[in-house]
Order: sequence, then structure tokens, then C-alpha cells
Amino acid sequence: MAPDYNMMELMICVASRYLEDGKTVAVGTGAPCAAAMLAQKTRSPDLVILFEAGGVAPQLPQMPISVGDSRTFHRAVMAAGMAEMMTTCARGLVDYAFLGGAQIDKYGNINSTVAGDYYRPKVRFPGSGGANDFASMCWRTMIMTVHSRARFVEKCDFVTSPGYLTGVGAREAAGLPEGGPHKIITDLAVMGFDDKTKAMMIESLHPGVDVDKVQGETGFELVVPQEIGHTDPPHAEELRILRDEVDPLRVVIGRA
Amino acid sequence: MRVLDEGINSLFMDPDPDKAREFFRRKPRAMVDKRMSEKEAVERFVPDGCYFASGGFGTNRIPNAILHEIVRQRRKDLGFLGWSATHNFEVLAAGKVLNRVDAAYIVGLEARGLSPNARRYMESGAVQVTEWTNYALSARLKAAAEGVSFAIIRSMLGTDTFKMSAAKIIECPFTGQRYVALPALWPDVAAIHVHEADMFGNSVIRGISMTDLELARAAKHLIITAERVVNNSVIRENPTATSIPFYLVDAVVEVPYGSYPGNMPYLYFSDEEHLTKWMKVEKNPEEFEEFLDHYIFGVPDFQEYLERCGGLKRIEELQKLENLVES
Repeated sequence: MAPDYNMMELMICVASRYLEDGKTVAVGTGAPCAAAMLAQKTRSPDLVILFEAGGVAPQLPQMPISVGDSRTFHRAVMAAGMAEMMTTCARGLVDYAFLGGAQIDKYGNINSTVAGDYYRPKVRFPGSGGANDFASMCWRTMIMTVHSRARFVEKCDFVTSPGYLTGVGAREAAGLPEGGPHKIITDLAVMGFDDKTKAMMIESLHPGVDVDKVQGETGFELVVPQEIGHTDPPHAEELRILRDEVDPLRVVIGRA
Repeated sequence: MRVLDEGINSLFMDPDPDKAREFFRRKPRAMVDKRMSEKEAVERFVPDGCYFASGGFGTNRIPNAILHEIVRQRRKDLGFLGWSATHNFEVLAAGKVLNRVDAAYIVGLEARGLSPNARRYMESGAVQVTEWTNYALSARLKAAAEGVSFAIIRSMLGTDTFKMSAAKIIECPFTGQRYVALPALWPDVAAIHVHEADMFGNSVIRGISMTDLELARAAKHLIITAERVVNNSVIRENPTATSIPFYLVDAVVEVPYGSYPGNMPYLYFSDEEHLTKWMKVEKNPEEFEEFLDHYIFGVPDFQEYLERCGGLKRIEELQKLENLVES
């Protein structure tokens, strides 16, 4: 019998499978951190977790609340600073980073700065933080988010962090290093980007979801390839580790 | 050098390295007792209109006694270095002490959500903003710490974050590579909370350093708040541990539990209940005013704030949390 799971658990399990063993990942708090911890405890024991404020390869005793709190360098190999992390990205040593935001467009550009007009904002959000730096300088960025038309928009009110900017060749023209968004993992599907155009493309549908549902919750036209995969739902062992070892207090998985 | 593009927002601070050198030429180097109260430190080194920077990372190792004192003394028209700023920004926004911010991360408290009052404050138009990234602001401080007028980085390119900054795009004379050039930033004054300092300001930080080592070297004036003041011989026994030398420091303020309600590595964890209380009460401006009267304006100093938050009994609970002791 297939195990029961909620959408947050599904997203975390799916995200964790993309984090290959022996690679480096810069994570924030919440779901991305849970995905990285789950990856370490399943397929990728030698995944190196990095935190923006300076924590290098901690043995996380529990989920951090802040990317600079004590847990982020608990039994770490080094307690460094932000410049060490960011220059490590600049040198090409960071494989994955997770990003979040209020809006994302079809080229994977992200807004986490303002809603509405810049000088008279409806909502002032925090701004880039380190997100633009990670999106510019890591090899592959990943996004975990709820899928809705409010979030997946034709045009971001403000491009805080770069995806593929205006499409194929735009990052290179701007002077950005090779990189860009790799996978977008939502509660409906996993999306990647079309090689020819760098536009967002459906890759796999979660159980019980069809293309119309995903397109209906997206404010721009998604690329729909001939063959679409079906997301492998969480395995019983993944769920056990996620619930018992990664997030026993249900800080993240309890939010779904 | 040819400028290929430039951001359109304001540059708040002069990046001239010789003006900075002239300031540091006159900065006293004497190894003298710099201990004082947070009240005196703010009176002497944080005047109205100055550009202020807070050390730490939002709710981690923040100089909260100085932040409260700035609000209590009702400073106005301050500039602020808003990177990785969470609770520290929330406190300054509560006092409405700012008029300009270099912003990389403001108004949010990471996974805890957005501060309702800080949002209202920033959406009111009372504060002028220029956008950057966390790394950009750290690189601006690093340039200042190196005594040069600009730094180069490879982020911000192609985005509105660049457009709404005061950065410029230049071309490498060797490779033709495009870089974002960032003006050096010498804040007028910074406050950094450390684990230990001696009376002269020699300081020891345990755990991650965030951007504090660059900040300490870029700031014209530096206020150190310390969990405890130690004898100079303690510093001399293990000079490898010193990351901020005395000649950078203007004031030493002993503030046990000075990062509260933030986290202090190895000592005490953040008080999430109290941080939640801030966010909750901020929803109602009148209630928030009473809250500020009770916790900031109505107390003489930070120690009394700690008392009103539960004093040593609460701190002991946070010490257990920090050290992962089962309760």
C-alpha cells in the first residue's frame, strides 16, 4: 500500500533526490534545509551543506531557525563568515543553492523585493539577501514553492535574482557566469527549463495532477514536452527518516 | 575606465579612500580603558544623521543594547547598513530612527515572516532605499577595510537589484569580463557584540564571524558590546583568538546576554516566544506603542529590559536550548 504523505513531505522528498552525493549545497532554513538533511541521510551521505552566514558542513542536530544560528555550525568543520561562503560560490565550488520568492517568471527570474511600484510598493519584502548572489554564482539553483497564478507570473514586478533573464544567451550577455535555475519543485509538479529557449517546462506531474491543472495555476504558458514524467511519490523509508530524524518537531512538514 | 551601465539610486556615503585615511590618521591609537555604559557610547558615537551599522546576522550575536539605546535616545535621520538585518532592523524601525538604508535584507525575520511595523515604516516612504545584495554589502566593507575605493563582484548583473543600486558595470582590462563595481563603504559607526573583550577593546568572537571582521575594519567608530570583559592577560595568553584589535575600537560596553532575544553561539539560544510577541503586537500600532514604552522607553537600560523579559530564569532556559539539554 502506498504511504500517506502531505504536499510538503512530497516536495521535500522530491527535492532531496536531486542533491547528488559529493556535491555542495547552500541552503536556507525550512523546506530546503529539510531536503538537504534528508538527502544526507538517504542517497547522499557526502553532500556538503553550507550556510550563508559561515557554517561549513555542520552535523545538524535539528532544523535551524536562522541561516546564522548556532545549529548552522554545530559540529561543523569550519565556522567562517559570509565572504568565505560567497567567494566560494564565485570560484565555482558551490553546486546547488535553494531560492525562494514572492514571484517567479517563465525564465525563472525571482522577485523578493517589492510588490507593485518600486517607489510606492504595495508590499516591501526583504530584498535579495544572499539570493541574487547564489542565483548569479552557483552552478544550479532550485526553488521549492506552492504553485499558484499569484506566484507564477508573466512578468515579475521586480527582478531581484537572475534566472535566465530574457531567455537563451541573456545570462552570458549580462556577464553572469554559467548557471541558472535547474528545477522548480511545487505542490503540483516538477519543472525544468527548455534547452532551446530557457523557458519553464513541465517535467513531471505529481500523483493525481494533469497538465491542465498545472497550466491553470500558472500565469504564463508553460512548455509542454511530448513526454511528461510522473513524479515518484515519497517512499516509506524517506518518510520515516523525514519524520523521525529530520523534522521530528514538525516545524516544516507540519505546515502543509 | 569605461562605465557600461549604472544603477539609478542614491549613493549615501563617499567612497574616497584618502578622506577615510585622513580620518584614520587622527583616530587615537592609545591602549586606554574604553569601558563605558551603553548610554554614554550612544551619546558620544551615534549622533543624529550618522550612518550606522549593526554587527551579527539578524537574530544572531546582535548588539541589542546599543540598538535599544539608539531608540531610547530617540536618534533621528540615521543611515543604516541593512544586510542580513532582521530583529536589529525591527528594533530601529520601531524607533523610526532612520531616513536612508542600503538594503540587502530588511523587514523580514527569515522563516518567522515579515515584521508588520517594519513593513509599514518602509512602505510609508519615510526612508530612502538603495538596493544591494548581502555579498555586495560585504564586498563594499571589504574594499573600505582594504583602503581602496571600490570592489568588483559577479552578482547583481542583469537584474533590477542592479538597476536600483548605486553600483556601476565595468569591463576587465585583461579579459573583457563584465563586473559590477561597488563603492567602498566606511560607516560612521558600527556596533558589534562579542563573547569577550578586554577594557581596551581587543575582542574575541566564537563561532561564525558573519561580516563582522570586515565591518570592524571599515567603520570609522566602533562600539564593542561584550558578554564579559576579561583581563588583558587573558587576551595575551591566546592572541590567535583575537579578531578585532583595540585600535579599531572606541567604546567597550559590558552587556551580559547582550544579544537577547537573539542567539549567542555556545551561550544562549534565541527567545522565539519573545520574538513572536514583537511580531504579534506590531499588528496593532497602539498596542505596539505601549509595548515599546514597557520594554524600551520605560526602562533605564538593557539590563532592566532583560529583567522584564524574565531575567536570569528565562536566560537559563535559553542556555539549555542552546546546549541541546533536554528539558
